[in-house]
Amino acid sequence: MTLDLSLLPDGGVRWLDASGQHSDVVLSTRVRLARNVDGYAFASRARDGERLRVLAQVREALKEIPAMPESFMVRVDELGAADRAILFERHLVSKELAGLETQHPLRSGAAVYLSDGLSVMINEEDHLRMQSLQSGFELRAAYAALDRVDRELGARVPFSYHSEFGFLTACPTNVGTGMRASVLIHLPGLVLTKEIGRVLAGLQQMGLTYRGLYGEGSEVVGNFFQISNQTTLGRSEEDLLDQLIRVVGHVIEREEEARRVLLRDAGYIIEDKLWRAYGTLRYARSLTFDEAMNYLSGVRLAVGLKLIRGLSVYTLNKLLIFSQAAHLSAAEGRSLSESETNLARARYVRKALEEEAGAVG
Amino acid sequence: MVCDNCHERDAVVNLTTIENNAVRQLHLCEQCAAERGVETTVAAPKHPLGEFLQAMQQQSVPASTDAGKCAFCGLTMKDFRDTGRMGCARCYTTFESSMRELLRRVHGGSRHIGRVYRAPKEEVLEKAGVLGELRDKLRRAIEQEQFEAAAELRDRIRVLE
Repeated sequence: MTLDLSLLPDGGVRWLDASGQHSDVVLSTRVRLARNVDGYAFASRARDGERLRVLAQVREALKEIPAMPESFMVRVDELGAADRAILFERHLVSKELAGLETQHPLRSGAAVYLSDGLSVMINEEDHLRMQSLQSGFELRAAYAALDRVDRELGARVPFSYHSEFGFLTACPTNVGTGMRASVLIHLPGLVLTKEIGRVLAGLQQMGLTYRGLYGEGSEVVGNFFQISNQTTLGRSEEDLLDQLIRVVGHVIEREEEARRVLLRDAGYIIEDKLWRAYGTLRYARSLTFDEAMNYLSGVRLAVGLKLIRGLSVYTLNKLLIFSQAAHLSAAEGRSLSESETNLARARYVRKALEEEAGAVG
Repeated sequence: MVCDNCHERDAVVNLTTIENNAVRQLHLCEQCAAERGVETTVAAPKHPLGEFLQAMQQQSVPASTDAGKCAFCGLTMKDFRDTGRMGCARCYTTFESSMRELLRRVHGGSRHIGRVYRAPKEEVLEKAGVLGELRDKLRRAIEQEQFEAAAELRDRIRVLE
């Protein structure tokens, strides 16, 4: 099977187009629901045949639901490692579904249903991981779109549900609503003013948690944080969303305040630092992933502060995706060594910035 | 290397402590380490829930009402502690009292108050299953160019739809 993401608007990265609320600070909103199909063992304990039956049953039902128009299925288990890495880097599937984690090898029956902004992973840790991705800070819209898919699919396929515990999932940390709502947020102001520690500690007190760019277990790079609810049971979906909206709203205010303070108290130092970041991206010949992330963070901040004009946030957001190893290999049409990847990354970033350079000032 | 504390047994633990801003390295045997509250026998957790589950295991034995093994998927509480994952929906009723306790500790409560779900009725599922099968047959019939059979299948699908 070959992977053709051109079937999705903008290759499936429209959630980075900076059209949503507060998109200078919040890159994207993601809500996911974990569900299991009743009558089968959970995916990691199921036999191959059971997972294939789950896939057949869900596939049939998904064809009929109006909440996911123009969707198409990708059999992840039939893709080569390079294509699976592309899907993962584009945030369309999890690392586990892509079979890229050593403790979770690729499963037979692993598949993903994709449409604009909505996807359903099949045979992940749970039989179904439905997710909604939107640009900017749009938790309610993201949940509403996903809730429709959940209701329409749940009316055709029986989900595992317990009268006391709610929706049942492989990991007890997801039981109940099965919902994890998160925002991918860029907080360079709070990091530079060293306020970030207090903000993150505050999140945990409010029952929220944070992770890096790639979810569970991933490190924070480039000042990008994913803030999400920690618990899934004992509170309604609306309650969990309200809490997250309130707290993230507060974090956005703190970030904006930190940016104002930086400009006021250290204007020329900040300006110099951010233009240097731009200069490095514009002219460097070799860039590691972490370096690229950190400089992109600086340039993103400079655009937010209107120190650099004429550069679109969408271009910068897309660089986060397309300057990753599997994407660079695909663009070059061959697998690259680490040093070749760093060269290709610098070349790619240079070219992207060059195309907008005329307008930058 | 001999234990820095008792100077008798072999040191098996390297303990780094910070006292008054000075880093101190101690090499301790198992007994002396245990006296200082350093656990040496428990393996490191392999998953996010691991630490939590270990704490639970040390504090409470699974309630006696829990059966030893899930009748549907064969999972035991030991399997769960090793992987941090349940095997199937039935596991939650098999180990219900342990799970209730665990869920309370993880989430602060065990009662779901979110969206209430009612599974689709038997007829709906039955129809969906039959339709899926007929569609598969139709696809195969078309592939094998058995157009008469395909037409018949298509009519049956239309009636059901």
